[in-house]
Amino acid sequence: MNIHEYQAKEILRGYGVNIPPGEVATTPAQAEAIATKYGTAVMVKAQVHAGGRGKAGGVKFCKTPADAKEKATAILGMQIKGLTVEKVLVTVAADIGSEAYVGIIVDRATKKPVFMVSAAGGIDIEQVAAETPEKILYVPVDVRYGLPTYDAMRMGFFLYDDVKLARAAGKIMQQLYAAFMASGCSLAEINPLVVTPQGELVAVDGKMVIDDNELDRLPAIAALRDESSEEPSEVDARNANLTFIKLDGNVGCVVNGAGLAMATMDLVKYYGGDPANFLDIGGSSNPEKVVYALRIITADPNVKAILFNIFGGITRTDDVANGIVTATKANPLKVPIVIRLTGTNEEIAMKILTENGFSASSDMDEAVQKAVALAKGGKAA
Amino acid sequence: MSVFIDKNTKLVIQGITGRDGSFHAKQMMEYGTQVVAGVTPGKGGQKFEGTVPIFNTVADAVKATGANTSVIYVPPPFAADAIMEAAAAGVQLVVCITEGVPVLDMTKVYPFVKEKGVRLIGPNCPGLITPGESKVGIIPGRICAPGPVGVVSRSGTLTYEVVNALTKAGIGQSTCVGIGGDPINGTNFIDCLAAFEADPKTKAVAMMGEIGGTDEQEAATFIKEHMTKPVVGFIAGQTAPPGRRMGHAGAIISGSAGTAAEKIESFKAAGMGVAQRPVDFVELIKARLG
Repeated sequence: MNIHEYQAKEILRGYGVNIPPGEVATTPAQAEAIATKYGTAVMVKAQVHAGGRGKAGGVKFCKTPADAKEKATAILGMQIKGLTVEKVLVTVAADIGSEAYVGIIVDRATKKPVFMVSAAGGIDIEQVAAETPEKILYVPVDVRYGLPTYDAMRMGFFLYDDVKLARAAGKIMQQLYAAFMASGCSLAEINPLVVTPQGELVAVDGKMVIDDNELDRLPAIAALRDESSEEPSEVDARNANLTFIKLDGNVGCVVNGAGLAMATMDLVKYYGGDPANFLDIGGSSNPEKVVYALRIITADPNVKAILFNIFGGITRTDDVANGIVTATKANPLKVPIVIRLTGTNEEIAMKILTENGFSASSDMDEAVQKAVALAKGGKAA
Repeated sequence: MSVFIDKNTKLVIQGITGRDGSFHAKQMMEYGTQVVAGVTPGKGGQKFEGTVPIFNTVADAVKATGANTSVIYVPPPFAADAIMEAAAAGVQLVVCITEGVPVLDMTKVYPFVKEKGVRLIGPNCPGLITPGESKVGIIPGRICAPGPVGVVSRSGTLTYEVVNALTKAGIGQSTCVGIGGDPINGTNFIDCLAAFEADPKTKAVAMMGEIGGTDEQEAATFIKEHMTKPVVGFIAGQTAPPGRRMGHAGAIISGSAGTAAEKIESFKAAGMGVAQRPVDFVELIKARLG
């Protein structure tokens, strides 16, 4: 789960990280009032779950409250990577001496949280990693011992020569680590970490990504979810316990299992088609899920054909067949459907489908080719 | 011979009285797996299906029955502890089926099981099966047949798809291992490839990977340097949108994006057969079995 910058900063502030004062505004007048209260230059920053906000014009420096109002007017309602900006963060502008990058992620290779720090902050860290990897220090953490001070200091000295700054940075690493662990993060970043001309360390931007598997046991973190900033169909899918990612093609795919779902999308492409989505109905065999899945897929006007690909293991294919029949009785389909079912209770499933006027095959390649042809408006092979 | 499990595997099922645990306990017993014990705290002394003794702890179960392998069907918040309990109780192999285990839990569990010298498979995996001998997990037994192909995969149903195609074409399997799709899992491709290389019964290997991470690339290097047996690979997710699962930082740490194209390239560089579609495994494996 993504959370907004202002939410991440609020969490980090709670762990003692030095963050410039800021408040959220949803109207230009609010932005002006906040800027007036601070009585100093502010930044107005779009709060959306998208990278490259600055490049898109969603982050502006404002000298006066009137300026803040004007910039907020421009940013609120703006589209960034297809997402509408509903909120801005109005925050005191920091004087920037130098900018560093500090991030921590769960690393697959070492199977540990790993810090990445670089004195080349503020810009695209991926570019730094690709072009000048020596400018990044990686420090893995054994979670059983936490982040020891010597490792934190090592990172501090990698960023700053001055011992005071190194020590202050080390403290921020430990605060960031505590926030990362307690909030169930898969990623936490401070970028940039700024040294002001007065020699103070300030976190000017913060980002956190939460492991979805943590949300059940962290209700306060789960409550930070902002559904208004997500793709509506993906919100519906999540509420129905489906994993759904919208894509741009026209073959709607309903599959059980993530690996098979990806392989099905690939096969659609292989036969010259374009998948409209990734949709995994998961392992359980609940006919309700199929009903939800069909509702989400048919809501996409791009979808010209629907492809079911179910390999029954735990999933009972007769449950899926019943779900298809129920869903299409309630809401008759306007686009053709191709069904591929094999595995557990395949014979019963085929019987249910045939009795209700559907045809189905047990061959994946055949079904995919048929769906691709139908989506192109041609006849089924 | 086989890999990780065989007819001598003595299994304890953690969460045997739960919905999933009880269903799959019966399936495994029907398949012929030696299910010697179950564990559900508070139900010690009872029997599952009138035959399998239930214990309060894994330690009790191991002491009383000599169980050497555990399979876990407990809910996600308790899975990490269940893995550690099994490892501490002295089984050699722990298979965690549970999906949705927080990844930070796994950062604690992984070093724990390593230090105990225990092999963990999963979490979030379908388990493994040595056709005709033993099944631990949820892979449907009827799609498998004994034979010479080792199968290793990061996914569940995609594995079934490939195994089913092989079996229908008359090509059996030595052992099929689903290592799971989570960012941190106990057993990786290389662990399985090394086991297949050492297993006299395995003559060729089918390997199904996915986008993300660098496990497949490292496996390709291992295959090139250490394997004499032929390996055919497949990568799911060639059309997946970038950056949806892990943020950019995941790509940075590995120095690459973990794309399908990059992984397939590494397969080719290792001299492996590359299946473009799941069904292609049949012909590619057949050709390599000679």
